[in-house]
Amino acid sequence: MRSRPSEYELVAPGKLSAVLDLLALEPGVWLPIAGGTELMVQYSAGRLGARKLVSLWGLPELRRIERTAQELVIGSGCTYTDLRNHPEVAQEFPLLARAASWTGSVANQNRGTLGGNIVNASPAADSLPALMVYEAELLLASVRGQRRVPYVGFHTGYKQTKLNADEIVAAIALRPRFAHYHSYSRKVGTRNAQAIAKLCLAGLGKISANKIDDVRLAIGSMAVTPLRLRRTEASLLGREWSPALVRDARQALESEVAPIDDIRSSAAYRIHVAGNLLQEFVESLFVREQASAEHSQ
Amino acid sequence: MSETAGRCEVSFTVNGAARTVSVYPMERLLDVLRNSLGLTGAKEGCGEGECGTCSVLLNGELVNSCLVPVLQAQGAELCTIEGLTPEAGLHPVQQAFLSCGGAQCGICTPGMIMATVQLLRRHPTPTLEQVREGLGGNLCRCTGYTRIFHSVFEVAKTEAEKADTLA
Repeated sequence: MRSRPSEYELVAPGKLSAVLDLLALEPGVWLPIAGGTELMVQYSAGRLGARKLVSLWGLPELRRIERTAQELVIGSGCTYTDLRNHPEVAQEFPLLARAASWTGSVANQNRGTLGGNIVNASPAADSLPALMVYEAELLLASVRGQRRVPYVGFHTGYKQTKLNADEIVAAIALRPRFAHYHSYSRKVGTRNAQAIAKLCLAGLGKISANKIDDVRLAIGSMAVTPLRLRRTEASLLGREWSPALVRDARQALESEVAPIDDIRSSAAYRIHVAGNLLQEFVESLFVREQASAEHSQ
Repeated sequence: MSETAGRCEVSFTVNGAARTVSVYPMERLLDVLRNSLGLTGAKEGCGEGECGTCSVLLNGELVNSCLVPVLQAQGAELCTIEGLTPEAGLHPVQQAFLSCGGAQCGICTPGMIMATVQLLRRHPTPTLEQVREGLGGNLCRCTGYTRIFHSVFEVAKTEAEKADTLA
């Protein structure tokens, strides 16, 4: 049943400090809302539990991308359109720019924010595997100050995070140190603008002396949270190309994911296709290496 | 359930005219446009941001008005399909949809046209892939999209020719 607007409060203090004051005053009472692409859906369907909301939309402190000496710091209120349009994001973090282009329609990319996607904590969110492989860090803000946590590990269970009741995600920090890595990502699903992914994989890797020298993999829709694939990475690290490599990696992948059957797909399909994407990643990594080796001869 | 929130005043510009409405802050922009302001061009299809028939421009950017709490439109410039339509005749995008058969039952049409306006601002001479992406958030159950895509290419072509003539 549809919600009645008269039963909900929404305030827009217009300044980040005022939002944090409100969250500190009544922790857990006020639910921050950014572009509304998730919360307004719940609200329209009568499924929004919170009755008091505080708007983060348009706060200038949250909607900027800053270059520091070591990092690109992306305000949590940046939309997917902002990410797609930012030249440094596209150049240095192509997996994030690509994921942004896959996330919903143009209208939803104009409103949906990276911070909202992180806090909403859907295991199927398109941009989260990219943040995992880039080893993003989150800047969490409250009246008590700011703290920094690694993004990997931020999700503690299905739709659960390490965020305290008086905190918001203020920014996402990314270190541009993957320029020479091969990057790979693929979303499998139906119509991008509407359908949530059946699964999505993001990968970074590099090869030296014919061996996989470094590799990072993360996957969405394959567990209760977006998942960094540590065992699969370990199965690949230090090895040369061989058919056994792919077989071992697929086995490692199967051992660390726990997909479910749901309206979008089945667990069996997800496992099979995840293995195919993994194989595509590994093959593309070696093909790229071979191409660049031939080029330099 | 008891009422917890009071009404508030929200001011914005709609199709060039300054308006102030007395609303509950969580009312959906779509409902305020349709019910308080009588602008019924934007439609409700799914009510969850997937069909795009409620599309309007908020500060020049395409949004699903069913997903915008009206308080977040405070101070904004809004453009609806009514604002796009000139006093006499039709907007070039509207004319192209009419000429090319890009509209059938009409429910998706206002949203399709708003999405086309946004698309052509970003990509004045779009590729098929850009058209597919730009209109990806708008569902049509009648046309099979082919004639809609023709309409978009038609208007892109006529606008480019106009620009050439002026230059």
